[in-house]
Amino acid sequence: MKSLQLWQPWVVLLLLGMAWLGLPFHSADPSPGLEATVFILLLLGAAAGAMPVPNWLRLIVLAVAPHATAWLLIRSLLERPGSADDSFFLALAAAWLLAWQLVALLSAVRCRRRDVQASLALIIPMLFGAWILLFWEAFTRGLGIPFILLPPPSAIFARLVTSLPVIAADVNQTIFKSVLVGYLLGCGAGFLVAILADRIPFMRRGLLPIGNMVSALPIIGVAPIMVMWFGFDWHSKAAVVVIMTFFPMLVNTVAGLSVTSSIERDLMRTYAAGYWQSLVKLRLPAAAPFIFNALKINSTLALIGAIVAEFFGTPVVGMGFRISTEVGRMNVDMVWAEIAVAAVIGSLFYGVIALAERSVTFWHPSFRSGRA
Amino acid sequence: MHNPASQLQPASPAVPPAVSARGLGLTFETNDGPVQALADVDLTINKGEFVSFIGPSGCGKTTFLRVIADLEQPTQGAISVNGMSPQQARERRAYGYVFQAAALYPWRTIENNVALPLEIMGFSAADKRARIARTLDLVNLTGFKKKFPWQLSGGMQQRASIARALSFDADLLLMDEPFGALDEIVRDHLNQQLLELWERTSKTICFVTHSIPEAVYLSTRIVVMSPRPGRVTDVIESDLPRDRPLDIRETPAFLAIAARVRDGLRAGHSYDE
Amino acid sequence: MRARGDGRVLPVAIILLAILAIWYVGTYAMNAPFQRDLDRRGGVTRSSTDFFIATMTQPKPTLPAPHQVATNVFENTFLRKITSNRSLVYHAGVTLASTLLGFAIGTALGILIAVGIVHFVSLDRSLMPWLIASQTIPILALAPMIIVVLAAVNLTGLLPKALISTYLSFFPVAVGMVKGLRSPDLINLDLMRTYHASGAQTFWKLRLPASVPFLFASMKVAIAASLVGAIVGELPTGAVAGIGAKLLAGSYYSQTIDMFAALIAGSVVALLLVTAVDLASRVVQRRMGARTA
Repeated sequence: MKSLQLWQPWVVLLLLGMAWLGLPFHSADPSPGLEATVFILLLLGAAAGAMPVPNWLRLIVLAVAPHATAWLLIRSLLERPGSADDSFFLALAAAWLLAWQLVALLSAVRCRRRDVQASLALIIPMLFGAWILLFWEAFTRGLGIPFILLPPPSAIFARLVTSLPVIAADVNQTIFKSVLVGYLLGCGAGFLVAILADRIPFMRRGLLPIGNMVSALPIIGVAPIMVMWFGFDWHSKAAVVVIMTFFPMLVNTVAGLSVTSSIERDLMRTYAAGYWQSLVKLRLPAAAPFIFNALKINSTLALIGAIVAEFFGTPVVGMGFRISTEVGRMNVDMVWAEIAVAAVIGSLFYGVIALAERSVTFWHPSFRSGRA
Repeated sequence: MHNPASQLQPASPAVPPAVSARGLGLTFETNDGPVQALADVDLTINKGEFVSFIGPSGCGKTTFLRVIADLEQPTQGAISVNGMSPQQARERRAYGYVFQAAALYPWRTIENNVALPLEIMGFSAADKRARIARTLDLVNLTGFKKKFPWQLSGGMQQRASIARALSFDADLLLMDEPFGALDEIVRDHLNQQLLELWERTSKTICFVTHSIPEAVYLSTRIVVMSPRPGRVTDVIESDLPRDRPLDIRETPAFLAIAARVRDGLRAGHSYDE
Repeated sequence: MRARGDGRVLPVAIILLAILAIWYVGTYAMNAPFQRDLDRRGGVTRSSTDFFIATMTQPKPTLPAPHQVATNVFENTFLRKITSNRSLVYHAGVTLASTLLGFAIGTALGILIAVGIVHFVSLDRSLMPWLIASQTIPILALAPMIIVVLAAVNLTGLLPKALISTYLSFFPVAVGMVKGLRSPDLINLDLMRTYHASGAQTFWKLRLPASVPFLFASMKVAIAASLVGAIVGELPTGAVAGIGAKLLAGSYYSQTIDMFAALIAGSVVALLLVTAVDLASRVVQRRMGARTA
């Protein structure tokens, strides 16, 4: 392995020098104990990064120093909100650079052990995400950014925990009623129409271009019409979801059913297989990657459809309803909490489908290559 | 990683050989454990030679070509190109590499594809024009310079890629099964043209192939290789005249060499896979 | 993927006609109960033809008839001054402006991020997983908050809406561009290496041209997403101007015909935008020697 030439430690030293000149961390409120600890930690980190020490030692120091620093810095804001000075942020930036060096070192690790690879694939993005949150927390608390503009993550989390019953009710309304029902109906209908279109070539030739065109349209615009037709409750949202998920499933299934080569179909013909035998034994399995693609696209579309449709009118429960009303009341921490929950649910939804895909279409090249 | 080039030079001449490998080995680390792609290769290729590498798949002939071109790093032994390390030779633009696929850029016309290495190496506009004209003429593609790759047949595309490799006057032409994907008739034709081209430019050519007749027809020397681990099992000098019409392939002298190559391949290869 | 002459025009036309026919039947079926109710209360008795016509001409129908929508679209597109608040061209223009601005910023940002990801391993390993994960998140739910929050710092008008479009268009472009910049075959990269080409030369002469088809494919997705973002972004602004505002106003006052007209206008804008990207893609790719399909 080539030795990595890293510049971060030198910039860290530069930043520390500037931070030294700009002391104290908190405007007109020196805290020598904290400041000394932070400087020592960061100098240790820079030293480990720049000097020829064993790799394991370097990794340990770089894992501890920047994160301990960030924790100390952010904790110091609890008593002195909104008082962070340039020097404070220079120290934070220095800590971040050390964390960056850690990520660069981890990214350069070439290890063939599967478990090491898997944990690195998890740790590296986690570090990135953690630093986004750290900066977010430090900037909002340190600069005293108005709560309405951007609440700190800790406040969002606190709000999430205290409002669990409300959020649970919203999730029940939006996810388990609107999204799930609409998703199943929409995907099911799209699939059935695709099979029908496959039987009737004339229909396929006509539906495919229309389906493709519709995918570019702002279908979400039907939401107010559905609310008018089906009322404020979840039925109207499910209807929006049905319309939004129908076309991707239709187009993908039709495309998937046509991927089998003529050789494979000729083989089925030599067995005198009927249409349905050929469909079940050959063409549907071959179409599975396309169908799963539609299921994945639709998982996101369904969430968007249900939440946005709620902006047009709901009973007093639901994630979209909560978002729009709490925005109106300037309770942005609640809005962020709902969005965080929506994000987690969206990822879980997608993840479940991806797992199902992996077990059904394990033979597809996109999965096989992962084992090589 | 490389020994100093001075140690590798042959005893006699002032001109260093085009390629000189001593005890060369390359082991790939894969998920299924180490794979020895090359083992203990000793080979000297002199300037102006046409050397073919032949052997079954996995015998390391392509790997050897890639080591020469500094696309792979050897793990054992040493190699020098024109008396320097492959990396130095690459930095001095010593290599014209032709792959099995033409690998032309689909968004460039034929002449602009030939211009690609010239642009990268910073030739002047006038020089560029002259070189494009000369090399396209060399491969008989002058009339097609404004065409895009997909408008040409496979054989013409491969000729364009040869023109691209010739345009900047690399000393060493490395050809990795350049005609492998073409049909027999086109292949014969291109073989003939390649020989003429070699005659006119007197370049050193390293040529990887699967085909015994192709190897015998083209080369001054044939290197027979065998797999697991990839190694050189035989080096056969060809005493055929330099001027080779296609029907030389029916002469006893030709068939005798071909038979030797075939024996060499058999000896080095077991078929119990 | 537009219908072309290869035997698709007729099927498409017939299916569109079928949809139109179903729409008319639906109009009758959905408007009939209200009309019957109305007639009963007003003591009107009509012949069946007369009743049928009545269901097709309600001022606030449950489902407007196609010709009602068509008339509305025609009047509000061609017969009004562009500056008029009732002109669909005016509203479409408002939405279009923020769509295009957001799309431009989003595309530029997406390309930049992709270049970064392709060139820095640490960025690839740390940012790429988030990019992919973020595609599964209903980002559009952020729209109202972005508008309101930016309004709180006195940022109103075009830019906040455009930012939502930026947000939505940036992801597909970044992901597509990463794929495109990585699309060159290994032998093309090896070739550049034998030329001793610099990283910048490999980027400008190989990676960037190779990514163009990917860029246009993702721009088609991005511009459609951009438009959706702009429309949704208009919802919380209090229905002032734009296609989203028109939809919202229609839903306040049950103006179904207006809502359908706005929907049609949005669809037309979407098709124009996607067609424009498609055309640009064709022109550029033809210049780059792509096969004339």
